[in-house]
Amino acid sequence: MLPIEHDLERFRQVVKGRVRRDLKRYMASGEMIGRHGDRLVSVPMPEIAIPRLRYGPNGGGGVGQGDGDPGDPLQGPSGEGGAGEQPGAHLLEAELPVEDVAEILGEELQLPRIAPRGHAHLAAIRDRYTGIARAGPRSLRHLRRTFRASLLRQLAEGTWDPARPRLVPERDDTRYRTWNARNDPQSAAAILYVMDVSGSMGREQKEIVRLAAFWIDTWLRTNYHHLETRFVIHDAVAREVDRDTFFRTRESGGTLISSAYQLVERIVAQHYPPGEWNLYLFQFSDGDNWSAADTRTCLDLLRARLLPQLNLFCYGQVESEYGSGQFYNDLRGDVANDERVVLSRLPDRESIMQAIRDFLGRGR
Amino acid sequence: MADGTRRPAGRGLPSPLEDARARIEHLARDSGLDFHDVLFELCDYDEMSMIAAYGGFPTRYPHWRWGMEYLRMQRAHEYGLQRIYELVINNDPVWAYLLDQNAFVDQQLVMAHVYAHADFFKNNAWFARTNRKMLDTMANHAARVRRHIDREGTHAVERWIDLCLSLDNLVDPYGATMSPGPAPAGTTPEPPWDLRDADSRRAPPASRSPSGPLLPTRDVLGFLLARAPLAPWQADVLAMIRDEALYFLPQAQTKIMNEGWASFWHTRLMTGAILDDRGIVDYADHHAATVVTRADQLNPYKIGLEVFRAIEARHGLARTFEARRTHNDVTFLDTFLDEETCARAGLFTWSTDRKSGAAVVDSRGFAEVRARLLFAVSNRGDPCVRVTDDDHGGLGELHLVHTHEGVDVKLDWATEVLANLAHIWGRPVHLRTRVEDHDTLLRHDGTHLVVQGPHPTDAAATP
Repeated sequence: MLPIEHDLERFRQVVKGRVRRDLKRYMASGEMIGRHGDRLVSVPMPEIAIPRLRYGPNGGGGVGQGDGDPGDPLQGPSGEGGAGEQPGAHLLEAELPVEDVAEILGEELQLPRIAPRGHAHLAAIRDRYTGIARAGPRSLRHLRRTFRASLLRQLAEGTWDPARPRLVPERDDTRYRTWNARNDPQSAAAILYVMDVSGSMGREQKEIVRLAAFWIDTWLRTNYHHLETRFVIHDAVAREVDRDTFFRTRESGGTLISSAYQLVERIVAQHYPPGEWNLYLFQFSDGDNWSAADTRTCLDLLRARLLPQLNLFCYGQVESEYGSGQFYNDLRGDVANDERVVLSRLPDRESIMQAIRDFLGRGR
Repeated sequence: MADGTRRPAGRGLPSPLEDARARIEHLARDSGLDFHDVLFELCDYDEMSMIAAYGGFPTRYPHWRWGMEYLRMQRAHEYGLQRIYELVINNDPVWAYLLDQNAFVDQQLVMAHVYAHADFFKNNAWFARTNRKMLDTMANHAARVRRHIDREGTHAVERWIDLCLSLDNLVDPYGATMSPGPAPAGTTPEPPWDLRDADSRRAPPASRSPSGPLLPTRDVLGFLLARAPLAPWQADVLAMIRDEALYFLPQAQTKIMNEGWASFWHTRLMTGAILDDRGIVDYADHHAATVVTRADQLNPYKIGLEVFRAIEARHGLARTFEARRTHNDVTFLDTFLDEETCARAGLFTWSTDRKSGAAVVDSRGFAEVRARLLFAVSNRGDPCVRVTDDDHGGLGELHLVHTHEGVDVKLDWATEVLANLAHIWGRPVHLRTRVEDHDTLLRHDGTHLVVQGPHPTDAAATP
């Protein structure tokens, strides 16, 4: 490992500070994207410049080289002038581990850590004495490292005599044990995303869902040792798709929400026995369903078959100009008292932050 | 141990390269170039980016901005925007790093280039007082900062470094090299007996003289070091940043000359003796890339090369050696840039059109170009600021004056710099300058900026 990795890590801390400060903007803009199997999050940000006493732009201009007569615009890639002299204009793409982004999200939104169900171990933060420091309490002195430092010093000074091996540690030689915090989540979880792709869900609505899903993934991923995501889209019929298709597909048919619930139930039965898995169902829709009869089927399915197996059922209603939003009212009238159910409205991108707070604020 | 990082003394070059190197060194010495020994090392791109991010040194004190630079270079490389062929540091022996992916001809060109840089470092008067053991000093700085971090915490030390860095262009460009002044720390390697004597270790660093520079002074860092209320570790870090700033200063003062000299010599050596027919196209390609011009940016390689060629044509080769010994960029251009060279280099002035905001060509007149160019290299293109009073209004407030040369300072940054200065000084600070043709006094107490102008009186500046 190159020594600069350490400085890179320090820079990541600075980036974390910026993300924390601008979290709301980042959540609404969708600039952050997962990378490398979702272990890293790419964060576009302006380069950070150290302020110095410099000339401002009012002297605007300088000396150039090349062709052109007086009055001609400058040729070349940049016409903004003072090229390279405007720090902060350069975008830098930093990468943060997904855990760091989740940590910021958790702290800023005050999300409780999730207490997983069942007999699986809790996510544990443990301090382990794995480090060495130059400062510390006497009780944590590390004698072997202290003598090693002492030996190095004496060798450098030229006072080490192999014929008479005597080490006298000085204060600066003393090394101490120090701790590092480790976070070891143990249990597994699966997220099932359900989205209505009927004609009334437009591009912007899907983008809101995509952004919300990114933050949900980010949070849950760091709370569980193992996380799986499944994607179900539906209009009048439901089918399972991959992530990419999930956010791109647009159909035009009618809407039968029950078709999706049935598919979810089958997926859970086949792959995720609730005794071993923490299960999350996130449903995004504009709130239109085909008929009151189908809505009744949905509610029955939810109450009888789905909810007992789930940690959490979150319904996010993405408002569109076509949707009636009736399904939200139906759910509220029927299952809203269940502590496993969270309902939230997402009229625009700015509301994503609040929706995430609603969804994940229960610590389930 | 990380703070003891010592590179093995040169991994050496593989044999065909080593043969070429020996030949180029011989040719360079025969041509009259005079330099300390040069140690070459081959690096892969990651190592190269790291060393470049560290400003040419393999070991620097820990700081986030190296990480940012490294990341930027990695990205630029990924996108194919940038390639670093070579890095060379002013040290005795000179260290030079070559990118291992360079083609053979490139390596030859780069080595010839490096030997000319080494000659410049050794012989240019502005480098005369630079620390030639900087490689060791940088490693010592790293060890000292790590020690402070262990005692004071990463955040406190890094924040302090940020504060000091924001002032590191406020040093005296002439005092540093022309008068003895405070001796740059580490001109000699830190002697081992220092380590044994526990008292000397706790004493403030040698460059912290009790009185400090006389007022008025441009050496703001030196002044703070002597007079600001600093904890010993803070003074140590500040002294370190100042030493590094002074070390790099001559390189900024001679950018055009230094690159021009190196290009002048790599051209001579390559086309004169080194190249065979097979290499000529690769060479021409690479050389063309180094002297390529972009409309809005000066290419120091190109200008410097043109001027050195003009000197040779007019006064003979001996005069070029003389010029590289005594001049810096300002005096070099002032003395040798003439109308013909200016035209041949295709120089013009440009400015930003007020209406469209686009950059347009202003003039190709020699007088205009020369004036603009000299302004751009004077004081490395930075505003000139002096500390004039350390007890302003009898309140212990610091007073600085900016000598306005027609261009205003960048106000948002100046505000931050003043805030940092107030933080270090511990009392409010003032900067007298001109903003949009009005005398203006900026006063910062560490939290708030008060702007007074036009025509403020001193009495009004104090609450």
